[in-house]
Amino acid sequence: MRHLLSAKDLSRDDAILILDTAAQMAATQEREVRKLPTLRGKTVVNLFFEDSTRTRISFEAAAKRLSADVINFSAKGSSVSKGESLKDTALTLQAMGADAVVVRHWASGAASRLATSGWMHGSVLNAGDGTHQHPTQALLDAFTMRKHLVTDPLGNDLAGLTVAIVGDVLHSRVARSNVQLLHTLGATVVLVAPPTLVPIGIDPWPCDVVHTLDQALDAYDIDALMMLRVQRERMTGGGAAFFPSPEEYSRIYGLDGARMRRLPDHAIIMHPGPMNRGLEISAEAADSPRSVIVEQVANGVAVRMAALYLLLAGEEGAA
Amino acid sequence: MTGTIMGAADVSRVLTRIAHEIVERNDGALDVVLLGIPSRGLPLAHRLAQRIAEIEPGFDADAATGALDITMYRDDLFKNPTRAIGTTTVPDAGIDDAVVVLVDDVFHTGRTIRAALDAIRDLGRPRAVQLATLVDRGHRELPIRADYVGKNIPTARSERVDVHVEELDGEDAVILRKGE
Amino acid sequence: MSRPIVIENASLYGDTTATILVEDGVITAVGATVDAPDDAVVVDATGLIALPGLVDIHTHLREPGREDAETIETGSRSAAIGGFTAVHAMANTTPVADTAGVVEQVWSRGKEIGLVDVYPVGAVTVGLDGTQLSEMGAMAHSKARVRIFSDDGKCVHDPVIMRRALEYAKTFDGVISQHAQDPRLTEGSQMHEGEVSAELGLAGWPAVAEESIIARDVLLAGHVGSRLNVCHLSTAGSVEIVRWAKSRGVDVTAEVMPHHLLLTDESVRGYNARFKVNPPLRTQADVDAVRAGLADGTIDVVATDHAPHPDEDKDCEWAAAAMGMIGLETAVGIVQKTMVDTGALTWRDVARVMSEAPARIGRVEDEHGRPIAVGEPAHLTLIDPADPWTVDPSASASRSNNSPFGGIELPGRAVATFLRGVPTHLSPRFEGAFA
Repeated sequence: MRHLLSAKDLSRDDAILILDTAAQMAATQEREVRKLPTLRGKTVVNLFFEDSTRTRISFEAAAKRLSADVINFSAKGSSVSKGESLKDTALTLQAMGADAVVVRHWASGAASRLATSGWMHGSVLNAGDGTHQHPTQALLDAFTMRKHLVTDPLGNDLAGLTVAIVGDVLHSRVARSNVQLLHTLGATVVLVAPPTLVPIGIDPWPCDVVHTLDQALDAYDIDALMMLRVQRERMTGGGAAFFPSPEEYSRIYGLDGARMRRLPDHAIIMHPGPMNRGLEISAEAADSPRSVIVEQVANGVAVRMAALYLLLAGEEGAA
Repeated sequence: MTGTIMGAADVSRVLTRIAHEIVERNDGALDVVLLGIPSRGLPLAHRLAQRIAEIEPGFDADAATGALDITMYRDDLFKNPTRAIGTTTVPDAGIDDAVVVLVDDVFHTGRTIRAALDAIRDLGRPRAVQLATLVDRGHRELPIRADYVGKNIPTARSERVDVHVEELDGEDAVILRKGE
Repeated sequence: MSRPIVIENASLYGDTTATILVEDGVITAVGATVDAPDDAVVVDATGLIALPGLVDIHTHLREPGREDAETIETGSRSAAIGGFTAVHAMANTTPVADTAGVVEQVWSRGKEIGLVDVYPVGAVTVGLDGTQLSEMGAMAHSKARVRIFSDDGKCVHDPVIMRRALEYAKTFDGVISQHAQDPRLTEGSQMHEGEVSAELGLAGWPAVAEESIIARDVLLAGHVGSRLNVCHLSTAGSVEIVRWAKSRGVDVTAEVMPHHLLLTDESVRGYNARFKVNPPLRTQADVDAVRAGLADGTIDVVATDHAPHPDEDKDCEWAAAAMGMIGLETAVGIVQKTMVDTGALTWRDVARVMSEAPARIGRVEDEHGRPIAVGEPAHLTLIDPADPWTVDPSASASRSNNSPFGGIELPGRAVATFLRGVPTHLSPRFEGAFA
């Protein structure tokens, strides 16, 4: 593995290797000494063109626990505005000897551009590009599902599980990544969203689409229910809001206690964070014992350790 | 000399002897923890533990045996294809103040054991660490020695020593092969 | 003036083989054999197609304002290499070509360079702002004789402004060339809205945003009895609407671009901004439909929408990149590949869609798009239809190299271009003859 750009690039074997590696990484995180010498001498740059303290901290922790040197490069708000300096930034990182670049960018395709333009040689790890992909989020979600819902997780996929993803699919890199990865791992995926937030051209996606949460709860035995964050700007959008009001959204798509109790007993509740409590998810659901939202954060570190290990270990220069 | 150097009976006899030596050296086996290095050190560790339990009835073989994956501590990670990371399991009681006996199939350059010593340091602070190996083939690159050796096999650098174990390979054998 | 030129054994329009004699910028003989003066330059055109000089009604020359991307000189040279003898330079310069002063400057600069006839396009509204009509009359009556008016790059979206522009242009037989794009339906849009945009997470530019404007405009043009030209038509639905409008007698013409004849939105998958263009690359069904529309005459013209951009506007994130592609030098090769070699058009049809019809739309048909016949101005293009070449954008004469066709093999190209009998482009094989 040279880069991690899209969940779509991962075969079933690749995905299982990452999840299994993450499981071993997670085990090391329960020890007294959580730091491993594995990536000593490697330099990982966190290149963030968009604010995301949570994701940056997660990658930083992952790299540091593997003993890599970490450089945080926040390109937001500086001279970087219209993307003019993605190339110059890449050249700078190349000059600094970055072995891996973790990139978060507001533009779809920025990570792929960085990886394929020839501007730099290091591995590129996509930490979210526009509304395109966020592969480590999908991997940590899959890891969390496998841990809770698969009897013998190591070496196995998610065959037989049904996962519902609820919310703004149109603008969600989390949804795009998850649909592809979950499909690769054998799960059934149901997207739940108002038609205004479902992309035109979704037909070839390997998933079902329904338009109310109640419909999904009636029609599917849901093992994992993933609530997506609703961005404030989607509600107003200069007279082009995607739904009439937050209240109506909450009524049709929100997860409250009553809807939560309609899930099978073993089902888990997920959210990539940060949550809008009271909008897409009620406090009762978010804080219930079924909620694995906090655990997702911890699993994020293990999954990112695994990704960094698999990208950076191995022969130098080998593909 | 190439070909099968040890058969099933040889392996069995040697493991029994090492088990006795471990008990003798440590005045019993009360504090002994066996950590097998995957993949073939692990079944050997389990077999040693069973033999120790036969000698020392108070010894709980399962509780005193674990696995120590050393992949993330290797010093040649960037010189070889990416390796999958194996499982590390440590007895519930931990390894603090225990006598850890590392168990591996072939003792060669000493680099694996160096990595294992680093890995142990991250797991706790044993009272002592000892090394048991089925075969010592020489060619040390680090100042590390074994405490218990099944058989010393003089080899050329270019030769290969393959250890087969019943649990993974369906038979017990040590085979010396000519290099390429 | 220059020495007489004998173009021997050319295939006129791909039909009949003949020799052409050019003297003092005029065709003086066409026939199986001609009586050539002794001092004539002889061009062996065996195997070459002779067409009237190509005319592009949709070119961005960037001057004034963005001379870092293109100048009238570099754009003219690129046009000549592509086989063009006339180009219509779009109005979205800095300053905008919305006054007689700017269009006369562009016109006279083109004349000074003399590689192609440069006809400025005038802006429909002041500053391309879509709110106030520009002084079209002043531009029409200037030395530049502007007949095509366009806010290209922006859509004249206000229906009242569009109606007034269509009506007013009748005063001087002008045409409104509309960039059909509903601005509200395409806010922030990055590529064709469909399966690829859904997967790539790029904001969609729906076909309906083009089609709804074209539908409105053909109705308006029919209502007020004016001439309408549809810029860079790109969707199957647009073809249907134009076909319907023509059947109702609306005076509408339509352009298609070479890139819309060849490429689809699948090209966007690598996020390489060289494939970013407006209107965007569509689906294979749209490509098939615009080819069919061009073949059956629904679409009148192949124009280039040659849109140079410097590297820094393309070598970046997709969303930050500029829209547009250069295309003057590759146009005829792509038309051959997609239309002629597939049997959809003959070379005579190519003369119609790349020379005669565009000349008529721009009202320069007295000078360009003329028959290859005695007494006509010698604007000629020789095309070698059997000269396969691989496109190398960096070899373009344009100041920019943002071609999406790099690495693609084209079956043929223009090997010589004559403007009023003067060679403006000669492939190396002919340079000796003119030395």
